[in-house]
Amino acid sequence: MSGLLARLRLPRKEFTLDVDQQMPGQGITALFGASGSGKTTLLRCIAGLERASQGVVSFDDERWQDESARIFVPPHRRACGYVFQEASLFPHLSVRRNLEYGEKRVPAGQKRQAFEQTVELLGIAPLLARRTENLSGGERQRVAIARALLTSPRLLLMDEPLASVDVNRKGEILYYIERLRDELRLPIVYVSHAIDEVVRLANRVIVLANGRVTAAGSVQDTIGRDHGGAVIEATVAAQDLKTGLARLSFTGGELLVADVDSPVGKTLRVRLRARDVSIALEQPRNVSVLNCLAGRIVQISAEPGSSVDVRLDVSGTPVIARITRHSAERLGLTVGKEVWAMVKAVSLDRHSVGYA
Amino acid sequence: MVLGAHDVAAIWLTLRLATTATALLLLFGTPLAWWLARTRSWLRGPVGALVALPIVLPPTVLGFYLLVMLGPAGPVGATMRALGLDLLPFTFAGLVIASVLYSIPFVVQPLQSAFEAIGDRPMEAAATLRASPLDRFFTVVLPLARPGILSAIILGFAHTLGEFGVVLMIGGNIPGQTKVLSVALYDHVEALEYAPAHWIAGGMLLFSFAVLLLVYGWGRGPRVEL
Repeated sequence: MSGLLARLRLPRKEFTLDVDQQMPGQGITALFGASGSGKTTLLRCIAGLERASQGVVSFDDERWQDESARIFVPPHRRACGYVFQEASLFPHLSVRRNLEYGEKRVPAGQKRQAFEQTVELLGIAPLLARRTENLSGGERQRVAIARALLTSPRLLLMDEPLASVDVNRKGEILYYIERLRDELRLPIVYVSHAIDEVVRLANRVIVLANGRVTAAGSVQDTIGRDHGGAVIEATVAAQDLKTGLARLSFTGGELLVADVDSPVGKTLRVRLRARDVSIALEQPRNVSVLNCLAGRIVQISAEPGSSVDVRLDVSGTPVIARITRHSAERLGLTVGKEVWAMVKAVSLDRHSVGYA
Repeated sequence: MVLGAHDVAAIWLTLRLATTATALLLLFGTPLAWWLARTRSWLRGPVGALVALPIVLPPTVLGFYLLVMLGPAGPVGATMRALGLDLLPFTFAGLVIASVLYSIPFVVQPLQSAFEAIGDRPMEAAATLRASPLDRFFTVVLPLARPGILSAIILGFAHTLGEFGVVLMIGGNIPGQTKVLSVALYDHVEALEYAPAHWIAGGMLLFSFAVLLLVYGWGRGPRVEL
């Protein structure tokens, strides 16, 4: 069986981890959920840092754990790299020695990751001689990622690698993680509770709550449906340098978005937050909003408080608008009605866009 | 020179004793401290208390029980005699055993707090970097615990230098064999020879202060909680 299989049961004080998931042996699988949902515990079980009392963990042809056969491969014999939430670099070693720590413990025959190439990939060549305590949060995390890569893992596990990174530096780390995914073809399991990161990175999402899987599938099917917005796949049709806007085309029409510098032809994933979408009964004219999409209401669902979520079908693409119940009643919205969805271009920036 | 040949022999004997005892304590105390720092066993409490006993126990109590145990009628002594071995009381080897027991907390406790301060994370990181448990201990734990190890060495050594009651009980007062500095000092005072007594007492005072200054100055305070 190829890919990662995790079938585990592990009682904890706050929850019982109970999962049975097959994850693809390629791309980024995001484990998504609130804190205390069991996603880090699941990741630690895959790495062997934690031992579930019952379960099976296997990767491709290797069985890492099978309690029915009393098999438990200790973490240092599993070919997976691990990036912790805090970089956890060794304070008594320089950056270079940190990188070499794992690299020199890999048998020569299993080495696939070259030192120079890895250092270049993560842009840490200028840091090699430094002591770890003088690094910024972003630099530490890049060194930690390089250190994990240098063990030539067949699977990379990342536990909220952006959690301890400065907000302004998150984008830079995301860029490097995308390079890993695209250039190394390394399967990655990525734990996060940030929708933006998941939308941007993930090929597949497993949503966890209280130790159980509540949804699993594509980003569109999981995050889009359950977490206050829709996710659209779109292709860059044109870049207008004068206005700084990119024109993206998708099955339901076109979207203008601000400050997205991807080249024409690139397929992107755009997250439309429900609260950024408003509704008009007629085609809007003389408004600043650039994106107006015609669609039909397929569902109106009550949300907590005074708002409702209006689900639209925009030529086959689902779009969700969160508006006040008052507005919905005033406009007389009903299922089946043809309306216009309006999305401000500035609400769609780099943070809501990811590569598909 | 105010100090006689016996005093000089006592200085060397004391240094030899403290060095030997400290070396043995590091050897056996490190795994013990590691176990105390990591275990979740119910034995942790009783063993921890046992290790701390010499801090509060009068040294003569420890010396008395050692004498009984190691003496010809005691369980250890009788066995040794049956095996044709020499008895330990009133020998250097006996002093070493007594010193090791007497100074145990001063070595184990700083090591234990150093190990506890490191936490699980560096070990886990090393494990995901393909290091086996023993490899992790030598390449990650020991280097990170260096200040604690330094404190343990210094405190263990200094504490052994100052033992008196245990030595008197189990070692007696044989020049060149079991007569350590503290006992030599006691002898001089008994004989009203205050000049050499001053030299020994003053020397030990200065040495102990210098040693503690090292611990407090270097290790940012002692790692031992007494």
